[in-house]
Amino acid sequence: MQVLLKGVRVLNPEQKLDQKSDILIEDGIIKEIGLIETEKYQSAKVLELEDKICVPGLYDMHVHLREPGREDEETVVTGSNSAAAGGFTGVACMPNTNPTIDTAEVVRFIAEKSEKHLVEVNPIGAVTNRRKGESLAPMLELADAGVVGFSDDGDVVKTSALLRSALEYSQMIGAPIIEHCEDGSMAGGAMNESKISTQLGLPSIPTVAEDIIVIRGILLAEYTGGKFHVAHVSSKRSVELIREAKQRGVNVTAEVTPHHFTLSDENIKSFNTNLKMNPPLREQKDVEAMVEALQDGTIDCIASDHAPHAIEEKEMEFIYAPNGIIGLETQLGLALTELYHTGKLTLQQIVEKLSINPRKVLGLPVPKISEGEKANLTIIDPELEWEVDVNKFKSKSKNSPFNKKKLKGASVAVINKSKMFYNDEFINI
Amino acid sequence: MALSSNHLLGLQGVSKEDIQLILDTATTFREVLERPIKKVPTLQGKTILNLFYENSTRTRLSFELAEKRLSADTINFSKAGSSAAKGESFKDTVRNIESMKVDMIIVRHESAGVPKYLTQISDANIINAGDGRHEHPTQALLDMYSIRERLGGIEGLKVCIVGDISHSRVALSNIYGLQAMGASVSVCGPSTMIPWEIESLGVKVYNNIDKAIAEHDVLNVLRIQLERDAGVLIPSVREYHNYFGITAERINKNNPNVLIMHPGPINRGVELSSEVADGPFQIILNQVTNGVAVRMAVLYLLGTKPEA
Repeated sequence: MQVLLKGVRVLNPEQKLDQKSDILIEDGIIKEIGLIETEKYQSAKVLELEDKICVPGLYDMHVHLREPGREDEETVVTGSNSAAAGGFTGVACMPNTNPTIDTAEVVRFIAEKSEKHLVEVNPIGAVTNRRKGESLAPMLELADAGVVGFSDDGDVVKTSALLRSALEYSQMIGAPIIEHCEDGSMAGGAMNESKISTQLGLPSIPTVAEDIIVIRGILLAEYTGGKFHVAHVSSKRSVELIREAKQRGVNVTAEVTPHHFTLSDENIKSFNTNLKMNPPLREQKDVEAMVEALQDGTIDCIASDHAPHAIEEKEMEFIYAPNGIIGLETQLGLALTELYHTGKLTLQQIVEKLSINPRKVLGLPVPKISEGEKANLTIIDPELEWEVDVNKFKSKSKNSPFNKKKLKGASVAVINKSKMFYNDEFINI
Repeated sequence: MALSSNHLLGLQGVSKEDIQLILDTATTFREVLERPIKKVPTLQGKTILNLFYENSTRTRLSFELAEKRLSADTINFSKAGSSAAKGESFKDTVRNIESMKVDMIIVRHESAGVPKYLTQISDANIINAGDGRHEHPTQALLDMYSIRERLGGIEGLKVCIVGDISHSRVALSNIYGLQAMGASVSVCGPSTMIPWEIESLGVKVYNNIDKAIAEHDVLNVLRIQLERDAGVLIPSVREYHNYFGITAERINKNNPNVLIMHPGPINRGVELSSEVADGPFQIILNQVTNGVAVRMAVLYLLGTKPEA
């Protein structure tokens, strides 16, 4: 089948590409780029894309798909549907499933589930068996099975000795160790430690609990030469540590979630459990530091930390509600609304952080928009105004604090693996 | 006069007028408590649920007595032995009990924010009887009532809350309430027991008990949680008592006129010596008596409030 994208702005900073073109895709391959006459391809499905932007397919390097284990909250397929609807052609899924992604069997199980889907699903393997922090998971075997990074996400790697081993061992693979940075002995609170936690009487998690693990990882990465990636950075001080480490040439990268550059802990005054996540929403000064770090490149990636939870789990007393919110379907809109339309980031930077850099961190090839390449594309309408409605989400869960929020900018279509998601349906192309 | 809210979730943001109204109403009920027949028909026909997810002796009995003296029908829920112990969610538990038609809910829960959450899932008037480390408004109201009763007023007084401020719900409610009434409030305790950026609430911090005694009119002394705190927040109970415990000697040396209060239960020999707990400086049992009157006032004002 042929698909003709007409009059679209083709933008790929990796190829230094920014031009208005037509793109002809045939059987999932980019056949032609340039000025293409519609009449020449009578049978092609034509998408008129004036004022839309075509970029390398977006990639979210931090999602929880809940399968295996909590299929009532999300599955590989529903999570992938959610990703496609949000503009993503690829995701990396975290290993805190049940069973944990710490054997090749679980990796293959996920691969089978996602095989026929438009969205590429790359599992992250556990650093330690069952994420217990006692012994290294079979990292080489996991990598052979398809794992693209390692993390005990949800928990920190328990000891410095194990993290050191992981940073050394993973160099044989080239995959990063992705750390959920939180000192376990200071964990367990329900919100950020600040004057707000004092006012609300909620048990708190200090930013220094994050900073300590960030600097531990930086020092061990520096010592071992390993690849260290900071998941969902949220503290101003952590960002400063990463910035300084990068200047010294340490192999460290970082991601931030949309909620950490959008919301501060002031919002928790409502006791809305959809504002409870880990790391928690920090103070305004931290929010501002996230934006600055995105601007100067200290933070490489934007990732959702998409964490589906059943309604009954979130409809609970604040201290008992589980951490996490879903984000795949609001992420692009939030990035465009809060960062692009405010003039804080350029479109090029948005594409780098939502598509190019996450793939680079995980050692995945960045899709090229060139003739002869497989079409792996996201088409964005940066001006589209819409209101978030959790009831329309493709995700199985609805735990988003952004319900009813008005956003500007959304994905119009995604194309990958000879499939297209457009007008709310998947079609083979 | 009527209260400006249908619930009493906390004292943060509650006006001086509302607090004044509650305290003045409590004065009337305090008189009722001195009568041979201590019961009035005010809340006849109203049903009140005492929803206690956390243990409580004083607060629970005080509320129950207040409800009975206003002739309300009361039902009691405690977590142990209930459907909640079998895994029923908080929301389902509340919805089920409410289906039996209750007008007011008195709630005590270990999570901050639960009273507010209740206002979203229930139509009843909600009274917070303590949520996590957040607020315990009726305790602060009875503390203020007791101060006013003993010292004639609250405005201009210097009040210091002493002890584990971090884990206290009494402290925050007292800070908000006393400040609204024109008192200046300080806290005193070991640095590990002072909440993060408490100064942002306009509160002065003391780490020296002698200085705190010398510079205040009232000390509201909190219970130290022996099991939880020793070894983590403080080296030992002994060290706490030696450096922060209030003794007759310290009072006599620094400020013999200071008024000592305690919300109970007391750890004798830890935060207060027995001499102080039973001595002339304290009004601890008055607080308990006044607690019933203050809770009657709150129940009355919310239970008879005309529909808006």
